[in-house]
Amino acid sequence: MSPKSLYNFAFFDEGSKRELRRAILKAVAIPGYQVPFASREMPIARGWGTGGLQLTLSLVGKDDVLKVIDQGADESVNAVSIKRLVKGTTGIRTTEDARDATIIQSRHRIPEFSLARGQILVLQVPMPEPLRFVEPSEYATKRLHAEKEYSGAYLALFEEIMKYGRVSTGADHPVLVNDRYVMAPSPIPRFDNPKMNRSKALILLGAGREKKIYAVPPFTKVASLDFEDHPFEVEAIAGRKCRKCGAEGVFMDEIVDEASGASDYQCNDTSFCGASRVI
Amino acid sequence: MSDGFDSKALKVDALTKWFGPRCPRCLGGEEELEKNYCPDCGTVYALRDLSLTLYEGEVLGVVGESGSGKSTILNCLYYDMEPSSGSAYLSSFEGGSVDIFSVSAQAKRGIRNTLLGKVYQNPLQGLKMRFSAISNVAEKLIAAGERNVAAMEARAVGLLGHVNIPSFRMREAPEFFSGGMQQRVQIAKALSNNPPILLLDEVTTGLDLSVQAKVLDLVKQIQRELGISMLLVSHDLGVVRMLADRTVVMLDGKVVEEGLTDQILEDPQEPYTQELVHSML
Repeated sequence: MSPKSLYNFAFFDEGSKRELRRAILKAVAIPGYQVPFASREMPIARGWGTGGLQLTLSLVGKDDVLKVIDQGADESVNAVSIKRLVKGTTGIRTTEDARDATIIQSRHRIPEFSLARGQILVLQVPMPEPLRFVEPSEYATKRLHAEKEYSGAYLALFEEIMKYGRVSTGADHPVLVNDRYVMAPSPIPRFDNPKMNRSKALILLGAGREKKIYAVPPFTKVASLDFEDHPFEVEAIAGRKCRKCGAEGVFMDEIVDEASGASDYQCNDTSFCGASRVI
Repeated sequence: MSDGFDSKALKVDALTKWFGPRCPRCLGGEEELEKNYCPDCGTVYALRDLSLTLYEGEVLGVVGESGSGKSTILNCLYYDMEPSSGSAYLSSFEGGSVDIFSVSAQAKRGIRNTLLGKVYQNPLQGLKMRFSAISNVAEKLIAAGERNVAAMEARAVGLLGHVNIPSFRMREAPEFFSGGMQQRVQIAKALSNNPPILLLDEVTTGLDLSVQAKVLDLVKQIQRELGISMLLVSHDLGVVRMLADRTVVMLDGKVVEEGLTDQILEDPQEPYTQELVHSML
């Protein structure tokens, strides 16, 4: 008997899973609203994906297939550790193929393959409050959400345009969910924001350190915040081609050759890149 | 309103604000209080049944010693503080028929963002110190629903130019500005939505004399050009003499005397007003 099987199925006790599922149900019922929950101590440190991990553990069943992504990669230490923990306490199958998985836990990316009905995307969130930059008090931001007073989020974008001539959010560009709540989409690149709009898969977001869960139910409208004369734009990727598989129109990592100073591009989503090569 | 709201911009009715638990002694009546303070339970009555009227296009000065409740009036009107009781009516909101303290939080935000402008004594309260001056002015426009960057930028640059902020400093944050400049940014911000009423709380206190004169000039000019009604709180009688058409004198949360500014300053009737005027250097 391996020591891991001493744990309950999916690590948590059943009471903890129930509490998490209740929070998830509430989050799905109020798209974009941050539901507080009793974030548990986890065997990994807060800030390393505990929010996402708790969501995954509360949802996983014996027939599920799990994929874990860390900034586009399946093999990074963090992704592998999370996969091993879930596998070791549940015995379920893991995969690298986004089309094959029922639950995809991800840090900072949405897979390039479009997600299908029935799949669940779990995103790890460091900072769930989109208004925190302009309003440090949680008491105040809760009121602002209640009153749908989002000038602070627009003000932050306006300030960037004043300073740099354009919106300069590198990631975590705020979105308006279902015409009601402004939400932090987690630090995904702007390139991934449109994938949230009317997504066929359920998107759950978990912030373990900040103790918040929120959700975008399938087929929900998600609009990135912008101005009339500064419409939302994704990162410029035109003309970039993956040096390994030749893919275009996907989010790329820039690889700089230090000797020559020339840069090359490569698919950021490693499993997508691999699949393209096989086909 | 039956008494006609034609020329009244703002009507405050029996506004009361207390801080503390209250007790049978202070509920028993005013004669039980020491100044505005209940010696038994420690409750402070900052405003007691205060009523005043601000007419269209006029500057109403509010003077009195510190602690007399001047700023509390503005805090209540700008929703920085909740009044304990009383009501207020704006001619620009529902024709003056609805008490602005009785409406929903969203409606209050609307009133604050579109019908009122306030200049705080301390710029820290009125400005986001780390955001550029332009963004500070644009904040009220964004809050009022404007979503066009070019239009907001043009409006902010125009207003900041109007209050003499040099154009090469408009993109800097007010934390790097002098006190007088910060105060002028606040004025530009308060004016951004062309509010019919401006609330000014000790605008020149703490500024040196030449800057004071510039800020006062600016307020006077704005008032002449735009015909905005202003509620001007100050303990500086010189400021009130220069700007205010009418003046109310406050003491311990109540109005003790009210009238034309010249009249109040030249021929004060009440003992407290006489003392105040005679204390003027």
